[in-house]
Amino acid sequence: MNQGIDVAKIRSRGATYVAEARIAQMMKWKGIIAIVAIGNPLFYLVAIGIGIGVLVNENSGTSGTGGVEYITFIAPALLASAALTGALDEAMFPVMEGFKWRKLFYAINATPINPGQIVLGVFIGAIARVVFTVVCYWALLIAFGVVTIGQSWDVIPVTIFAAGAFAAVIMGITASVKNEDYFMTVLNRLIIMPMFLFSGTFFPLNTMPVFLQPIGWISPLWHATELGRYFSYGYSISGTMLLVHFSYLIVMMVAGFKLANRKFAERLAK
Amino acid sequence: MPESLISARGLTKKYGDFTAVDAIDFDVAKGESFGLLGPNGAGKSTTMRIIAATSQRSSGTISILGRDPEEHGPQIRAHLGVVPQQDNLDGELTVSENLFIYGRYFGLSKKFIQNKIEELLDFAQLQDKRDAKVEALSGGMKRRLTIARALVSEPDILMLDEPTTGLDPQARHILWDRLFRLKETGVTLVITTHFMDEAEQLCDRLVVMDKGKIMAEGSPLELIKQYSTKEVLEVRFGSDRNKEVAPILREMCSRIEELPDRILMYVEDGEALLEAITAKKLHPTTSLVRRSSLEDVFLRLTGRSLIE
Amino acid sequence: MKTAVEIAEERADRWGHQLYAGRARAILERAFIALRSSTWVPIVTGFIEPVLYLLAFGYGMGELIGDVDSGRGTVDYAVFIAPGLLATSAMNGAIYDSTWNVFFKLNESKLYKGMLATPLGPLDVALGEITWALLRGLSYAIAFLAITAPLGLVPGVSAILAIPAAVFIAFGFASFGMAITSYFKTYQQMGMINIVLLPMFLFSGSLYPISVYPDWLEFLIQLFPSWHGIELVRDLWFGYWDSGTLLHLGYFCVMIVTGLYFTTRRLRNLFMR
Repeated sequence: MNQGIDVAKIRSRGATYVAEARIAQMMKWKGIIAIVAIGNPLFYLVAIGIGIGVLVNENSGTSGTGGVEYITFIAPALLASAALTGALDEAMFPVMEGFKWRKLFYAINATPINPGQIVLGVFIGAIARVVFTVVCYWALLIAFGVVTIGQSWDVIPVTIFAAGAFAAVIMGITASVKNEDYFMTVLNRLIIMPMFLFSGTFFPLNTMPVFLQPIGWISPLWHATELGRYFSYGYSISGTMLLVHFSYLIVMMVAGFKLANRKFAERLAK
Repeated sequence: MPESLISARGLTKKYGDFTAVDAIDFDVAKGESFGLLGPNGAGKSTTMRIIAATSQRSSGTISILGRDPEEHGPQIRAHLGVVPQQDNLDGELTVSENLFIYGRYFGLSKKFIQNKIEELLDFAQLQDKRDAKVEALSGGMKRRLTIARALVSEPDILMLDEPTTGLDPQARHILWDRLFRLKETGVTLVITTHFMDEAEQLCDRLVVMDKGKIMAEGSPLELIKQYSTKEVLEVRFGSDRNKEVAPILREMCSRIEELPDRILMYVEDGEALLEAITAKKLHPTTSLVRRSSLEDVFLRLTGRSLIE
Repeated sequence: MKTAVEIAEERADRWGHQLYAGRARAILERAFIALRSSTWVPIVTGFIEPVLYLLAFGYGMGELIGDVDSGRGTVDYAVFIAPGLLATSAMNGAIYDSTWNVFFKLNESKLYKGMLATPLGPLDVALGEITWALLRGLSYAIAFLAITAPLGLVPGVSAILAIPAAVFIAFGFASFGMAITSYFKTYQQMGMINIVLLPMFLFSGSLYPISVYPDWLEFLIQLFPSWHGIELVRDLWFGYWDSGTLLHLGYFCVMIVTGLYFTTRRLRNLFMR
């Protein structure tokens, strides 16, 4: 009996198996994931970067964007936004599917793999998608001559880290949602969309009316974008703010994991 | 000769090279409960869809209430209540709203439907679930609601495609009871099923279908009489010994069927045969004497089991 | 009290009775009941998107951009994008309603199958669903105008014509979207819709005039329905009429007729196999 099953091995590598399953699932969508990973930056850079860039340049030159071309200014923001969107997809859908649509997590939980490992596995899967997205995006930025390799390579790990923090929080929140009827719609319209628009993505946060600026402060996208600008083209930022951005993302990551672990354990124990 | 509500001659449906329904003839009389029995893929559901005027035949003729569905689809559908194999209740609506709007699809007045809803909720035993969302219902409740929904327009013919597939035994019995009551009120039922017990419970008359063709026709009792014996003796010797013993058993009765896990012996007196077998010192691990069922009829007609 | 059969018999000899039972309003009635019962959350929150874009781009971006040549006079950036956003949200709403929503009812919940088992015909279903999408688009357009007028973004009373224009372009997208969706079988194929839509909307001039691009790209964009939609709404928003306006109208007339034709045909084929 049980000859091929090494329980100790499964217990130690559970998360890897979950991540493998997640990546296999993503491969069904590989065409679309690839098109999105390449098309998204391409379209945004050409449409917003160049299209709006022309208007900005005509009107205020580079004075509004801290002395750089508009396209250089939004490039790290678009990169961060693409990374966070990818993280959102791969953190939210699997959790919905796992608990509600196909109840996959209950099946996984019936093996020696434990809830914490499922969380970690899904997280690794999301990171895999983020890495792919970020690398594609960055390669395009290089190709467009928006940033240089030597100056901007470190934007990659920083952006991946920020997307990871976001993924962890989304996993925690999604696992907390019992009635998912319109969860995605509400999340998209009331949280993701404002976050995308008011995080200093397309223009510096401080050009917004003061009462709208707090949306940026709590948004991981703003922190990711500020860091991205610092690491990609030498945008000036104080040491304190650097520390604030990193700390905020670290807190998000830790809190996200804590919440996800707790909620997963609770729901799987039922 | 009772009035014939549905009448098909040489009815054929092809999808490309595949013939789903192969030149079948049948009639359904008013007030009758008519069954289409056969395994999955026999062509039952396709036949149902042609009757329901939601699929066009390739050749042959069919008339429903004296009309051709190709010419008068909407008018025919107004006479029918359709219960599909897969529930397609409206998940965005509550139980009573589901009944209400379905009546509106038929153009019925709000007042009429409102009264009808009470009657149907009683019938489906869903009074206390009237404001629940469909998602909150059990499988059996959903199926009862789908049947209630089909009755909102007071149809002449109720079409049920595999009405109890996927339900637990208790839910099935509740459903059979409801359908039996309907039958008593004079509604004509057309039922497809691959369950023998269901066909025996509900159908006055049935056709056995396989690979798009009708293999036999009659009441459950007639079919059993014609194609099987009074009793069946089921014996098991364990999967290895079944083969060994089969030739000996074959000598002892006029018809036996070897299935992968057991041997069926068709006789008038099962107990007597079992004694004879025991007397030969062939000790089966298990044995069972039962009455013949439609399963045996199907096996006889096609050489295959209904549920594979 | 008429029975279901009598109701159906009334139309028995009318032309097209196999396709249309004259009861598209029953589908609309269903949508209203569903709205009350469960779908109000996505519908009520639906009008937020263009407002958020307007706030972010009109005010944030406006700081950097200042005034823009709209082709109908130079205006403040927020005034320029307001009609673009109205048109975009009308089109997006219509597309969502006619693609994902229809895909779900066609393949997941099998709702249309249930409807077409009654005397209703495919045209009842198509018209009912499209009308619902348009009513929704209409209320969003009214809300959008009600928000932008006090902000001083509406140039004149004639801008009220932008409301029917928004509904009209939504009609084009809804009828066409439904036809396309009826061909799709998998979620992956549906994912392609979003991919096609992204560039179409980014490039169609809602956020900046397409004259910033080289001629060949400008010409390409002028083939997109989204560009015609945005331009049509913008024309009416500014109370501006020329032969271009008529061209945009014509474009959508063709789109509506072709879309309805294919949708009805496809639904009939799908359900009368």
